[in-house]
Amino acid sequence: MPRIVVDVMPKPEILDPQGKAIVGALPRLGFTSFSAVRQGKRFELTVDGEVTDEILAQARNAAETLLSNPVIEDVVNIEVVEG
Amino acid sequence: MTEVTQKFNIDTVEHAAQTPEQELPWAELGLKDTEFEEIVKLLGRRPTAAELAMYSVMWSEHCSYKSSKVHLRQFGEKVTEKMKEHLLVGIGENAGVVDIGDGWAVTFKVESHNHPSFVEPYQGAATGVGGIVRDIISMGARPVAVMDPLRFGAIDHPDTARLVHGIVSGIGGYGNSLGLPNIGGEVVFDSVYQGNPLVNALAVGVLRHEDIRLANASGVGNKVVLFGARTGGDGIGGASVLASESFDATKPSKRPAVQVGDPFAEKVLIECCLELFKASVVEGIQDLGAAGISCATSELASNGDGGMHVELTKVLLRDPSLTPGEILMSESQERMMAVVTPENVAAFEAIMDKWAVEYSWLGEVTDTGRLVIEWDGEKIVDVDPRTVAHEGPVYNRPYNRPEWLDSIQADSFTGSVQDAGRPQTPEELAAAVVELISSPNMASKDWVTNQYDRYVQGNTALAFPDDAGVVRVDEETGLGVSISTDANGRYSYLDPYEGARLALAEAYRNVATSGAKPLAVTDCLNFGSPEDPEVMWQFAESVRGLADGCQELGVPVTGGNVSLYNQTGGVAIHPTPVVGVLGVFDDVARRTPSGWAEDGQAIYLLGTTRDELGGSEWANLRGHLGGKPPVADLAAEKALGEILVNASRDGMIDAAHDLSEGGLAAALVEASLRFNTGARIGLDELCERDGIDLFTALFSESQARALVAVPRSEEIRFTDMCTARGFAHLRIGVVDAASEALDVQGRFSLPLAQLREANDAVLPKYFD
Amino acid sequence: MTETPLIGDLAAPAAGSALSGARIGVVTFPGTLDDRDAARAVRLAGGTAVPLWHAATELGDVDAVVIPGGFSYGDYLRAGAIARFAPLMDKIIDAAKSDAKLPVLGICNGFQILTESHLLPGSMIKNDHLKFLCRDQVLRIENNTTAWTSDYAAGQEITVPLKNQDGQFIADEKTLDALEAEGRVVFRYVGFNPNGSRRDIAGISNAAGNVVGLMPHPEHAVEAGYGPAHTGTDGLGFFTSVLNKLVGGK
Repeated sequence: MPRIVVDVMPKPEILDPQGKAIVGALPRLGFTSFSAVRQGKRFELTVDGEVTDEILAQARNAAETLLSNPVIEDVVNIEVVEG
Repeated sequence: MTEVTQKFNIDTVEHAAQTPEQELPWAELGLKDTEFEEIVKLLGRRPTAAELAMYSVMWSEHCSYKSSKVHLRQFGEKVTEKMKEHLLVGIGENAGVVDIGDGWAVTFKVESHNHPSFVEPYQGAATGVGGIVRDIISMGARPVAVMDPLRFGAIDHPDTARLVHGIVSGIGGYGNSLGLPNIGGEVVFDSVYQGNPLVNALAVGVLRHEDIRLANASGVGNKVVLFGARTGGDGIGGASVLASESFDATKPSKRPAVQVGDPFAEKVLIECCLELFKASVVEGIQDLGAAGISCATSELASNGDGGMHVELTKVLLRDPSLTPGEILMSESQERMMAVVTPENVAAFEAIMDKWAVEYSWLGEVTDTGRLVIEWDGEKIVDVDPRTVAHEGPVYNRPYNRPEWLDSIQADSFTGSVQDAGRPQTPEELAAAVVELISSPNMASKDWVTNQYDRYVQGNTALAFPDDAGVVRVDEETGLGVSISTDANGRYSYLDPYEGARLALAEAYRNVATSGAKPLAVTDCLNFGSPEDPEVMWQFAESVRGLADGCQELGVPVTGGNVSLYNQTGGVAIHPTPVVGVLGVFDDVARRTPSGWAEDGQAIYLLGTTRDELGGSEWANLRGHLGGKPPVADLAAEKALGEILVNASRDGMIDAAHDLSEGGLAAALVEASLRFNTGARIGLDELCERDGIDLFTALFSESQARALVAVPRSEEIRFTDMCTARGFAHLRIGVVDAASEALDVQGRFSLPLAQLREANDAVLPKYFD
Repeated sequence: MTETPLIGDLAAPAAGSALSGARIGVVTFPGTLDDRDAARAVRLAGGTAVPLWHAATELGDVDAVVIPGGFSYGDYLRAGAIARFAPLMDKIIDAAKSDAKLPVLGICNGFQILTESHLLPGSMIKNDHLKFLCRDQVLRIENNTTAWTSDYAAGQEITVPLKNQDGQFIADEKTLDALEAEGRVVFRYVGFNPNGSRRDIAGISNAAGNVVGLMPHPEHAVEAGYGPAHTGTDGLGFFTSVLNKLVGGK
C-alpha cells in the first residue's frame, strides 16, 4: 500500500521551543557538533490503490489546511513512498 | 555568547537630520498624520526608522491608552485616603500591590489577549498567560495562581470548537507548565463574541513588603541587561497592528504576527528572577511584553533618572536578519530587562549561569534625560523617553448615548412576547430548572477547568466551581487571599453604567461569599471601537460606573488593562468590563465552600428578590435582551459581604453560594451538586414576603443575595446577626443528604443524578 | 514569622519529630513544579526534606529520594527524556541499584524520568483522550510491601489528585504479565481509567520494591483543606511509609 509522507516544520522565523530544549541537551551528552535543532512532524497518509495526481493534490491540500497550521508551520515536503 | 552585527543601511540620527524630506511609512505603522507631526515637533527633525518604530508601537492604543486615558483618570480621582490604606503600589506600575498584613503583600492584575487568540488560539492564549505572569514577576513577587475569564461565540457555531480547544489547551499548556494553579475564571458563550472571543488572563503573586521591585532605571552608571529568550521576529507590529485596528485575518505579513510561547523558558525565568530578588542584585526590573525593547527601555528610563544608553547590536538574536527597528518592536516572549549595579554584575551572571538563562549587557543608566540607542556605535535613537512612554497622544473622543437604548430599555422581559407561557405548573417549573442548568452558560465547566492544574503549589483552598479561588499565602498563620472575576455583557449592553457596577458587585460578593474581606480591584475593559461614539459612550459610562462603585464599596482599582477594537466589521461586542476583586483571610481554614454537605443544616436565603429578569439567563434562553438589568445596590452588597465574612470567621456557616446568573434556581442546583448532597426547599414564604411568583423567585437575578447553610447550633446567633444588621434573611429549607434530590416542597423534586447529567453533558457534547 | 518562601525553604525540618532524622532528597530539574509540595509532604510526614539540584554530581547525605512532578525541560522531546541524563540521575540510578537499595519515588514527571532511566519498565504516552486532565482519582494499593506503601493496607483505596498530559502507561504484554506476576503493579486506577493506561495501572515498582513510580500525586493529598475534598490526606502514607522504614531500619 503506498503512503504519502508529509513533513511539516515550524516556520523558520517562528520560535521552536522543542528544538531549543533539545539543542541545549545535546552538548551535555557530548554531542557538540550541532548548532541548532528544529523539531517537526511527519505524517503518513496511506492510500488504498494507486496515488493519482488527484490524490496527491488532495494530500497537498490536506497538508496545507489540516496537517499544518499555516500561521506558524510550513509543509516542507510531500512524497510518495511505495509499499 | 555570540554577538551578531548586521550591516544595514542604517538610518542614523545624523542622517535623519540631513534628509528631512525622506518618506517614512508612518501610516502603515498605524500613526495618524497629526501624531507623526507631533513626533517631528518633539524631535525637531524627522524620526529615524528606529525612532519611528518605537513611537508607533508605544503610541498605539494598546500601549498608550490614548482613547481611554481621559476616562481612566477617575480611578485615581475617586479614590479616598481610606481606600488607599492597603495600597502599596497603585495604578501605573506593572501591577498594583496590596498589603494583606503581617508584612505580606499581594500583586494581581488582569489583561486581555483577545486578538492574538482569535488568530492562533493556542499560542494567543498561552502567551496571554505568559505576559501577565511576567508582569507579576516584575513586581518582585512569586506568582501563585492564575485565572482566565473567557468569552466565546455561540456554542454551536462551527468556529467555536476551534477556539475553545485552542484557547483552553493553550492556557492549560502554558499555565500548567509554569506550576501555577488555575483557580477560577469564567466561560461564557454568546454570539456577540463570535468573531472576537475574549481571552482575559489574571495572575496573582505574593511578596514581602520589602521585596517590591519597580520598573525604573536609577543610579547613573548602573548596567542595563536583557535576559531570557532571544529576540526574534515574533509579533512585530503585533502591538500596534493587532491591538489597534480591527483585525483582518488575510493580511500577509513578512514577519510572524503570532508570538510562540515557551513555558519552560518562562518557568526557568520565574525561578531565576526570584533568586535575583532574594540575592538583591537588581535595582529595577521590567518585563518585555507589547512593544518589547521599545517599551522596556523607555519606561525604565522615564521612571528613573531619565536617561539610558543602549547598544542595540548587543541584543542576542534568534533571527539575525532583523533590522534595528524590528528588534525594538519585537514581541518575542519570555524576556526581561533589569538594571544592575556594577558591583552586582558578577552575582547576576552567576545566577543566570545556574539557571542556564542567556543574557546580554546592553548599556547603562545615564542622567542625560535622553534615551540614546546606538547600532554598532552609530546613534539611531535619541529621544526624551517620557515622550515615548508617558507623553503620547491623548484623545478626548466624542461619545453619545445610543438612540436605540431607550427602546431596548423599554422592552422589559416580563410581559414580553418571549415571556408568554411563563412556566407555572410544577412540571413546567421543574423542566425550566433543568433547561436552565443545561444551557451553555449555566452548564458545568468541568470540561474546561479539568484541563487546568488546580493543585500545584499545595496552597489551593478553593477553586472552581466555588465562587472564588482561594490560596494560602503563609503556611504558618493561614493568611491567604480570595479572588473572583466577573462581568455580564448583557447587563452592560442594557445599561453600561449599571453593568460595570454589577460586575463589581458580583466579584465583590463572590469574594465575600468565600469568607474573605474584599480589599482591591483590577479590571480588564473589553469594548468595541473607540472611534464609534456609541461604543465610546459605553466605555465612558462603564468607567464612571466602576469608579463610582469602587468608591461606594471602598475598594480601589489597583491596575488593569483596556482592550478596544473588539469588533467584527461594524459590529462591536457587548461592553464587557471584567472586574477582578481580591480579598484577604486571616486564616484560609475559615473559607466557605459553595456547596452544603452536612445533613440537617438550615438553608437561609439572604437578601430580597424582585422581578428582575432583564438581561437574565432565563431571558437569554428565550432569546430576549431588553429592559433594565438588575439594580446594583452596593450598600446592600456591603452589608451582605460583612455578614458573610463575619459568619465565616465565627464559624456560623458551613456553606455559602452567591446568587447571580440563573438566580436562585441555579444557586440551589450548584450548591447541591457541589458535594452531591440534596436539600428540601420551601419557597411559599419567600414568594409571599417579596410579593413575587414562584417563577420569579427561582429565576430573577436580583443582586445582593446569597444562600448559606447554617449548623443548627449556630442558627440563633446567625439570625440575630442578620436581624441586628437589618438584612433580609429567610430560612427556606434544610440539607437532606438521604434524599439525593433537590426537592422544592409541594412543587417538584429533581434527583441529583438527573441534574448532574444535564449539567455535565453540555460541553462534552459540543467539544469532545 | 516565617521567612519569605520565595525560594521555598525545602530544608526546614519538622520540629521535634521522631522521624526527622530521616533525610529525604527532593530533586529539582529546570521545569520541575512540585518540588516544594513534595518537600512539604516530607515535612508533614515528620521527616527532613533535602533539596537536590539536578546538576549536582554527588547525592550527598540522603536516605531516600523523591523525583517530583513537573515538565522537566518542558517535556518537549519526550516526557523525562532530557532530565534522565542529568548528572544527579546517574548517582540516583547507581544508588537505587546498589545493595543499599536507596528508596526512590517518582511522581508523574518523576515516574516518566524513571522509565526513561530504565529503572522502571514501560513508558508513558499521551492520554487516550489527548487532553491534560486534572481530577481527584481513586487508586487501589495493590502492593503494600514496597518502601513507599508499607503504611497502607493491601487493597486499600485512596483518593489523590491526578494531573497530566502524558499519563497513559504502556508496556508490551510480556512485561505487563511479568509485572502482574511479580506483584509489581503497586497502584491501579479504580472506577475510572483517566488516561487509557494498560490494565488500569497507575504505578509500578522495580523488583526489589525500593523504586516506585506513579502518575497520580500523593504529595497533593497530605494536608486537610488543600487536597481532594473530604479526604484530603490519603497521600501522607507514602511519606510515612518510607520514613518509618528508614528510622526503623537504622
